[in-house]
Amino acid sequence: MIVLEDVERDFVVGDETVHALDQVSIAFEAGDYVSVMGPSGSGKSTLLNVLGLLDRPNSGSYRLFDQETRELGEEQRAALRRRHIGFVFQAFHLVSRLTAADNIGLPMMLAGIEPRARHQRVTEVLAALGLTDRAQHRPDQLSGGQRQRVAIGRAIVMRPSLLLADEPTGNLDQHAGGEVVELIERLNNDGITLIVVTHDKEVGRRARRHVRMVDGRIDRDTLHAHD
Amino acid sequence: MRTTDLLLFSGQSLAGARKRTLLMLLAMSIGVASVVLLTALGEGARRYVADQFASLGTHLLIMMPGRSETTGGAPPLFGETPRDLTLDDALALLRARSITRVAPLVVGNAPVSYGNREREVTVIGATQAYFPMRHLSTASGRALPDIDPARAANVAVLGAGLRKALFGGHRAIGQWVRVDDRRFRVIGVIGKGGQSFGQNLDDMIVIPVAAAQELFDTTSLFRVLIEARSEHHVERAKAAARTLIQQRHDGEDDVTIISQDALLQTFDDILRTMTYAVGGIAAISLGVAGILIMNVMLVAVSQRVAEIGLMKALGTPARQVLRIFLVEAMLLAAAGAGIGVLVGSGGILAMQQLLPEFPVAAPLWAVPASVVVAVLTGLLFGTLPARRAALLDPVQALSGR
Repeated sequence: MIVLEDVERDFVVGDETVHALDQVSIAFEAGDYVSVMGPSGSGKSTLLNVLGLLDRPNSGSYRLFDQETRELGEEQRAALRRRHIGFVFQAFHLVSRLTAADNIGLPMMLAGIEPRARHQRVTEVLAALGLTDRAQHRPDQLSGGQRQRVAIGRAIVMRPSLLLADEPTGNLDQHAGGEVVELIERLNNDGITLIVVTHDKEVGRRARRHVRMVDGRIDRDTLHAHD
Repeated sequence: MRTTDLLLFSGQSLAGARKRTLLMLLAMSIGVASVVLLTALGEGARRYVADQFASLGTHLLIMMPGRSETTGGAPPLFGETPRDLTLDDALALLRARSITRVAPLVVGNAPVSYGNREREVTVIGATQAYFPMRHLSTASGRALPDIDPARAANVAVLGAGLRKALFGGHRAIGQWVRVDDRRFRVIGVIGKGGQSFGQNLDDMIVIPVAAAQELFDTTSLFRVLIEARSEHHVERAKAAARTLIQQRHDGEDDVTIISQDALLQTFDDILRTMTYAVGGIAAISLGVAGILIMNVMLVAVSQRVAEIGLMKALGTPARQVLRIFLVEAMLLAAAGAGIGVLVGSGGILAMQQLLPEFPVAAPLWAVPASVVVAVLTGLLFGTLPARRAALLDPVQALSGR
């Protein structure tokens, strides 16, 4: 479903060129549960950004759903993101002036889906996240765990097939983090492809496939058939 | 994105940044209000003048000696000396069927005194017909008598201001005043506030035209007011007057006759142009408001970088991000314009209360024009910030760099 071949992503920092992704070739299957770990600056986030079509590789090929993304224009990439990819960020990135329900419904609103269909789907998602009684609260009235659950709701409201999470538990305490991880694992059980970038070994260990990156390269890629 | 959602979303983000929004609304509304108010003042001046003319009647013609209109063609080979317009000329005009009344006028300045009080005022030499033609009425006494215009009777009618200056609280009627070296008996006083073309008739004295000619030692008239039988007779009266004078002046067409219409049209054009100019100057403040909108929107974009990054991550195309920010700028401009129109209208109402005799009213075009200009300004100056937002790199935007 997702195939990267010889993907290179360079950044110029001052006079130096940093290889954030250095000849990365990797493939993911539909329904995979992958954790990407590694030290800071190893290219984990860049990998996630490339996978999420937020960033373009300097060279190499990236096929998403059997479609070469290299030739796609910005509009087409945006359309792919809208339909197929959900993002969960460490900083939640909720819109502070919108209620939990409106934050979850935001992608549908931006996509121009009519209010009735939107309301129905948002109600569904709120119930699935156990946030029904928090629907009309704004982010500053929610706990960290609740905020991340709202953010996850927003990521899945368009029923994407790929969920990309960048340090989803980074801003949460152990208990809230555990709840969030359980939630995204449940989504993975329902069939969504889940790729989690994390520093947290506990979180990383729970994935079925562990990818370890060092200096922009895939250092280790192992399968764990536990649980 | 649906239009209602777009408006709602933009409205929410404006409501979210209250201070910023209020500031921009203030700037825009001041701009629009000043356009509405200033053009209303200009329009008021135009209407004021039009009303003044209307109050004089639209079937009035003014004849003056000399030909001031250019006729084109080669300059005359033999010098063309304009003849004086005499009293007889004026009276001859009455022979035309289309002319009902004429008022020959001599105007000059002279000192008027009573006892030891003296004033330098405008002396108008006229006939009885002058009063009804100029819609002048007497507050006390009577107007000039209906005597032979060639008779230099020594009677005078005073303006209210002059009466007060010379006589104070004393009775003026029946008293003798001195005009230059001649004595006149006061027979009437013009009602207060008598005005003609905005010229104050308070400080003047009206004496028989023949007396004024003697006083200023002239046989020539300054003007002849001609009243046509009706509005429809104005053109006929003009032609008849011209023909009559030409006959009397050995075939030379050496007078200028202007109608109220022509005069009114000139004033109208001048004041309309002035209104446009004043409106244009006020529109500069709209431009200033536009620059403020641009500045504040730029700040808004930099404060909402993460949100813009998020929108992009959620698959919002650049042109839609552009549209969202443009709609915000336009909403601001439109709301500011709406408030400005209300404030401007309130100002007009207030002025109408304070100056009831001055017909202040915004011209029909002012309100829609200022609103359209405001919204276009919002669009124009909103473009730069919106483009900046649309072109943001999502990765950098989300990382807050």
